[in-house]
Amino acid sequence: MIRKNGCLRGAIMRVFTRRRAIAAVALAAATALGATACGSDPAPGTDEKITLNIDVFGNFGYEELYKQYEASHPNVKIVERGTGSQLDAHNQQLAQRMAANAGAGDIVAIEEGTLLQYLDKANLFVDLGEHGARDLAGNFMPWKYEAAVKGGKVIGLGTDVGGMAMCYRTDLFAKAGLPTDRKAVSALWPTWDAYIETGKTFKAKVPDAGFLDAVTNTYNTILMQKAGQGAGYTYFDKSDKSVIDTNPAVKDAWEISNKILDAGLSAKLAAWSNEWNAGFKQAKFATIACPAWMTGYITTQNGPEGSGKWDIASVPGGSGNWGGSWLAVPKTSKHQKEAAELIKFLTNPAGQAAAFKSKGNLPSSPQALKDPAVAAAVNEYFSKAPTGEIFAKGALELKPVYLGSKNQAVRTAVENALRTVEQGQKNSAAGWAAAVEDGKKAGS
Amino acid sequence: MRRLSRLDIKYSPYLYIAPFFIVFGIFGLWPLIYTLIMSMYDWDLGSKLNEATFVGFDNFARFLGDDDFWNAVLNTVMMFLLSTVPQLLLALVLANALNKKIRARTFFRMGVLVPNITSVAAVSIVFTQLYSRDFGLINWILGLVGIGPIEWQAQAWTSWIAVATMVDWRWIGYNALIYLAAMQSIPKDVYESASIDGASQSRQFWTLTVPMLRPTIIFTVIISTIGGLQLYGEPLLFAGGGNPLLGGSDRQFQTVTMFLMEQFYMDFELGQAATVAWLLFLLILIFSVINFFFTSRLQNDRPAKRKKVASR
Repeated sequence: MIRKNGCLRGAIMRVFTRRRAIAAVALAAATALGATACGSDPAPGTDEKITLNIDVFGNFGYEELYKQYEASHPNVKIVERGTGSQLDAHNQQLAQRMAANAGAGDIVAIEEGTLLQYLDKANLFVDLGEHGARDLAGNFMPWKYEAAVKGGKVIGLGTDVGGMAMCYRTDLFAKAGLPTDRKAVSALWPTWDAYIETGKTFKAKVPDAGFLDAVTNTYNTILMQKAGQGAGYTYFDKSDKSVIDTNPAVKDAWEISNKILDAGLSAKLAAWSNEWNAGFKQAKFATIACPAWMTGYITTQNGPEGSGKWDIASVPGGSGNWGGSWLAVPKTSKHQKEAAELIKFLTNPAGQAAAFKSKGNLPSSPQALKDPAVAAAVNEYFSKAPTGEIFAKGALELKPVYLGSKNQAVRTAVENALRTVEQGQKNSAAGWAAAVEDGKKAGS
Repeated sequence: MRRLSRLDIKYSPYLYIAPFFIVFGIFGLWPLIYTLIMSMYDWDLGSKLNEATFVGFDNFARFLGDDDFWNAVLNTVMMFLLSTVPQLLLALVLANALNKKIRARTFFRMGVLVPNITSVAAVSIVFTQLYSRDFGLINWILGLVGIGPIEWQAQAWTSWIAVATMVDWRWIGYNALIYLAAMQSIPKDVYESASIDGASQSRQFWTLTVPMLRPTIIFTVIISTIGGLQLYGEPLLFAGGGNPLLGGSDRQFQTVTMFLMEQFYMDFELGQAATVAWLLFLLILIFSVINFFFTSRLQNDRPAKRKKVASR
């Protein structure tokens, strides 16, 4: 459209060459319309300037990679949208844009909770296999690569996985007379019951701070652990039948979460709320369930003054995976080839290692995990915790958990039911009944 | 020539009022009709209306039997009552005060409108901070007298009260100015004779001022009803966190408009969203009619009595 205006200006100029005054007026009018230089369309594959929009949530840690890519591809400008936004907001916006067939970026981030929902609509996405993605399968853990393949089409390429740990505040632990060394802290809680006991000790000494932020994130952690160690699915079985009331993983996670609440350990700061954000700065809680990507959140939320006050211990109850994303190209993109190239660049082992260094997002690439820059990485912010060792060590043994296509809606319903128990509106039994009922309704 | 001027007299009035009706038709009536058409289809975002299946009034039946919808209606009505009743009473009292001879009268009269020109978002964000559980001013003050801390978002009643105060803060001044304008049109001699008869200030207010403001009160009640039942911005921003459209962990302050947006933005059911929009429209209609009868009945006999007195 803009280019047409430019041509219009040229045409007007030619008609009115003899009448300069009028030409000047016409020129002014055409300029006011937002005209630019008129040129013939560039031949495909030349240096046409293009902008690639990439829709993300939270922190993907790609800033340095964008700079590198723009330097080696002078015709490409990369605009990241949604940096720091919440996952729920991102999911809703993405779903809306995909459904409306307009407005999505050239590249979109798809989180594990909504991956299946989009695999069902694989025809909305570009097959990255046509852009050479199949040759890159070896760059990823096999399940991470396979998860985004549907009917032979490669819908997305993996970014990170969410290996688990437990982040804790050394200042509050010292105040409570608990050990602050990460090995000693890890030894405090081999199981969730031991974690609760530690919490009780903590609360007895430091009654004005919570032992954990809010129970929902912990609940998700336990659920993903139990699901990974057990049946391999959460609210839906692998035939997408709702099993919220029969899957022991869900019930176990609920029960443990309620034990935590009964012990009065929660600071009741609803995750992602303003109070939660302020809670980091005000040292309102001592521990937080910490998938790898959470370390980036903590660094941002607590800011420079929190540096050195945090450390990372192992998570109670064994390893598990929560979170992790893929990058995909919607068919609405006008620059599908260029977008696919950028995805390949961002998700290659070097790219994943760079994202880990920037925001702690744990690579889904075995090569990147073995990269000394990752394996030997130390996080200054978290009291020089060897994050490479803590997260990368167990990452290769991570087992995938099947999340149904309606997972996100059910998760919201169950989390809200858990919150009503946390806020004291319902008791555990009534909360569980509501979780099952609302979860089934949301998943139908 | 004469015929032309006759035509002019006959038709030109219609031409003069036509712009309003044309604009209203395009932006008011047509969306209303189209929304009704939409509400009869099972229509998802992304598909075209002619691809959607016609379901008649199934969507309406679905919501009339949906607990979540009625929960949203209850929340909306309670927040409406909690905000509108004190709002209009306080506005009346405030207008009465502003109608007196006080210092810097214009300053105060302009001042009461200031809350109304601030944006909903700004008001809601500031109030949500004030109501914050851990570092909010209100819990701090309550803490001084040994109450709390209250988690305002957690319970239905507390969240309703919090939202109602946000609405009141913005709208009391606006209504007060409308009442003030109406009060100034009440002749002074009525008050003078009342004073001579020995009527006290408060008696003058309740037996003279309020009845004579009746048409204005009806107007403000209906306007507040329409606004109050469409409550959206305040509770949405008050909710914060993930999924604010749900209005709290147990939908304890989800209004009908938020419920509508939930159908649209979270479930992408355009037909169902349109159905909720129409149900909201009907709800407002019912409430406006009830209010109209109620407020006109309330003071019905008094102006008649006054007329009799005057004619005597």
